[in-house]
Amino acid sequence: MATLSLLTTRRVCKNFGGLDALTDVDFELPRGQVRALIGPNGAGKSTFVGTICGRIPPTSGEIVFDGQDITHLATHRRICLGIAYTFQITSVFSRLTAYENVALGVRRIHGSRWQKVHSLVMEALDRVRIADLAEQIAGDLSYGHQRLLEIAMGLGQSPELFILDEPTQGLAEGEIEGFKDLIRSLSGQTTILLIEHNMNVVMETAEFITVLNAGRILAEGTVDEMRHNQDVQAAYLGRD
Amino acid sequence: MEFGPHFLLATLEGALTAAVLALTAVGLSVVFGIMRVVNVAHGEFFMLGAVIAWFVSTTVGIHPAVGFLLALVVAPVMVGFLAIVADQLVLRRLDYDPERTIVATIGLLYCIQQVTLMTFGPDARPVIPPFNQRIALPWFELGEQGFQVTWPWGFGVTTYKLAVIMFAVIILVGLWRFLARSKFGLIMRATQLDREMALAFGIPIERVYAIVFGLGAGLAALGAVLIVPIRQAHYLMGGEPLLLSFIVVIIGGLGSIPGTIMAAILIGLSDGIISVFFSPTLAKIIATLLVAFVLVYRPQGLFGRRLP
Amino acid sequence: MRQNSNVVALHAGILASLLILFFITSAYHNGNLARIMVLAVFAMGYNFLFGYTGLLSLGHALFFSAGMYGLGISMHHLELSVLPAFAVALLFTAMVSAAIGFLALRTTGVAFMIVTLMFAQAGYLTILLFGKYTRGDEGFVIQQAERTLFGLDLTDPSIRYFAAFALFAASYLFIAWAVRTSFGRCLVAIRENEARARMLGYDTARHKFLALLASGVLSGVSGAGYALLFGYAGATFASVQYSILPLLWVLLGGSGTTLGPLIGTAFAFYLVDISSEFTSAYLLVVGAAIVFLTLFFPQGLAGEIRRRIAPWLP
Repeated sequence: MATLSLLTTRRVCKNFGGLDALTDVDFELPRGQVRALIGPNGAGKSTFVGTICGRIPPTSGEIVFDGQDITHLATHRRICLGIAYTFQITSVFSRLTAYENVALGVRRIHGSRWQKVHSLVMEALDRVRIADLAEQIAGDLSYGHQRLLEIAMGLGQSPELFILDEPTQGLAEGEIEGFKDLIRSLSGQTTILLIEHNMNVVMETAEFITVLNAGRILAEGTVDEMRHNQDVQAAYLGRD
Repeated sequence: MEFGPHFLLATLEGALTAAVLALTAVGLSVVFGIMRVVNVAHGEFFMLGAVIAWFVSTTVGIHPAVGFLLALVVAPVMVGFLAIVADQLVLRRLDYDPERTIVATIGLLYCIQQVTLMTFGPDARPVIPPFNQRIALPWFELGEQGFQVTWPWGFGVTTYKLAVIMFAVIILVGLWRFLARSKFGLIMRATQLDREMALAFGIPIERVYAIVFGLGAGLAALGAVLIVPIRQAHYLMGGEPLLLSFIVVIIGGLGSIPGTIMAAILIGLSDGIISVFFSPTLAKIIATLLVAFVLVYRPQGLFGRRLP
Repeated sequence: MRQNSNVVALHAGILASLLILFFITSAYHNGNLARIMVLAVFAMGYNFLFGYTGLLSLGHALFFSAGMYGLGISMHHLELSVLPAFAVALLFTAMVSAAIGFLALRTTGVAFMIVTLMFAQAGYLTILLFGKYTRGDEGFVIQQAERTLFGLDLTDPSIRYFAAFALFAASYLFIAWAVRTSFGRCLVAIRENEARARMLGYDTARHKFLALLASGVLSGVSGAGYALLFGYAGATFASVQYSILPLLWVLLGGSGTTLGPLIGTAFAFYLVDISSEFTSAYLLVVGAAIVFLTLFFPQGLAGEIRRRIAPWLP
């Protein structure tokens, strides 16, 4: 069992000064799956992925990635193990070019093999369809393009686990369609954990859904199961 | 002299240093606490206070005391006004960016020093204290013939030094009450806590900053006027108070006024005591290393709370 | 790839013109240039930490004087010859830099500035404390007879010029190479947004430490070179002023550019040199220049050129 799942969390809790943001979160993500993590605002989704990639240390619990306990590992080491994270709030290097933004992530893996780096950077930019903007200063790009660049920075690292925190927020309709295509093209190769508010995107891309509510896992199941789950509808879908 | 009298004398000297240092450092502390500006030119404002005191007391030739008392008012006001001009011309235009203001105040430091050198000259000049009676102090000893009162040679203090210490205490207490009770004090604290919120409530931030910068510089100048009858005015005298104020502000917790005063007493006394018994250089090395280590391992200062 | 050839041509051109300047300028300017080249190494070291990594230190005089006294003491008191003395100086500076890096990098921003300032001040006072060996503010002279390398007399103006050039060229090429490696690019990423660089999997603490180490050692190279070529070591070079000067040079020339430190050092040197011909108040000119530049040219001379004319400028 354990070898099949790429990421496992056991009884993860996070307490912010008396406030329980996460309570006993047991979570299992099989290799290769596209998983959506949904839930109302303040449910603890960003906190949860924060504990996975090391931005937020959990108060208690255990996090295992690829068979290795990473609960107390420094952030950069987790990233080196193959976790990529795209920020909810766009966090590109705004004074560097789009190319350099992606190249920074690629170079961490491939060092000074310039040819290899170049082709991987262009491939990542191409996949989000902004290859023509490579030489632009990231801060000058439109908001939507910065979101796509953020995704390309993750893609460039060819991660084992790709965590996307509300990637479609602020994207135009056409760009959202492109994003869905991108996720479909990645499925099978990359394990994806997708935090998403846009239910349309979730229904069309995810294979499996976990619903978080008030810091606890409310329900888990396939897209169809979730669509008909009473609790989920009450807590979340019903409000949409 | 025996150890006992020697020690008491060192403590008195230390208290004097502490008094002047507290004034200067509180000036630096309010500027940092409220504006988040590290004013490297603070020591030059101190020096200007001393130099202006010399100009005032020598031009007003009635009686040394009159000149000095006039300087006690004129020097801080002039220096404060100069600081406000510097704030309006330079700091405000840099948007109070922490790094760029450091560099700009370094530039100010050079300008002030050079202008002083060209007008005041390279010599150290004394200012006559308004009064200066010497009080010999007795020492009590338990000798072979029982309890004895002796008058060790050189063991004494001047009335002026005692007056400086008292005056500094009065000013600091007054300032503290002013900041705690007055409307302006409230506005200052609001600005310190949350700049954006203060702006939203219609507090004229830029005017508050200008006044705070003027107030900080004025306090340094006041400290200098008090010390200049004891240590002469010189165009390079700003370096040491700058460094010591830095030390005090950091140990006291950046931006905390009670902490700053406590640290000034600690540093002033220990500086006085250590430099009487050891070399003053060693005392300074210990003090600077102390600051560095406090910042590395306890950035909120010895007496402060966490930075907001 | 056209930009690459531009960069290579620029580096070659800078080094070549420094060589040519030797033959076309007077002995007076030769002496100045030798001094500028040695001090520019200091500025380049400073720029590596400030301009590329984004760490503003106010204590680099400590590293400069560590190199200066490392060489000075080993030649003057231990009677070592030039090469071993230089090695001692480098080793000593590296140790000092590592210690400061270990301690000061626990802080950031304003605290980092003040911590470095305090450590440098403690270093300066330590030099004064051991005045018996260091001769304090007065300093000591390294005898002309001792300053020979491979039988060459380093006090000879021409040989001194080329020795200074060699130090400069080696440091310049090192920087030009380092900032193009993935290590150097990561430093820029740390400058721009350290948290994001960490989220790309970089060990930013290690990168910052190595950047400080390299920066400190380059400053030490400059200090040792200065003591060797100009035959003097003194406590003034450890004072706050010498921590502020490299910051000034880098800001004048353009931080985060390869060329900026050289331009800034030369500009400041001749600013003082020329203004002191007209007025004794050269500090006023320097002070006003600093204020003026922070107000109107926040990117420095080379930085403005990069922004307006040549975005490829390294």
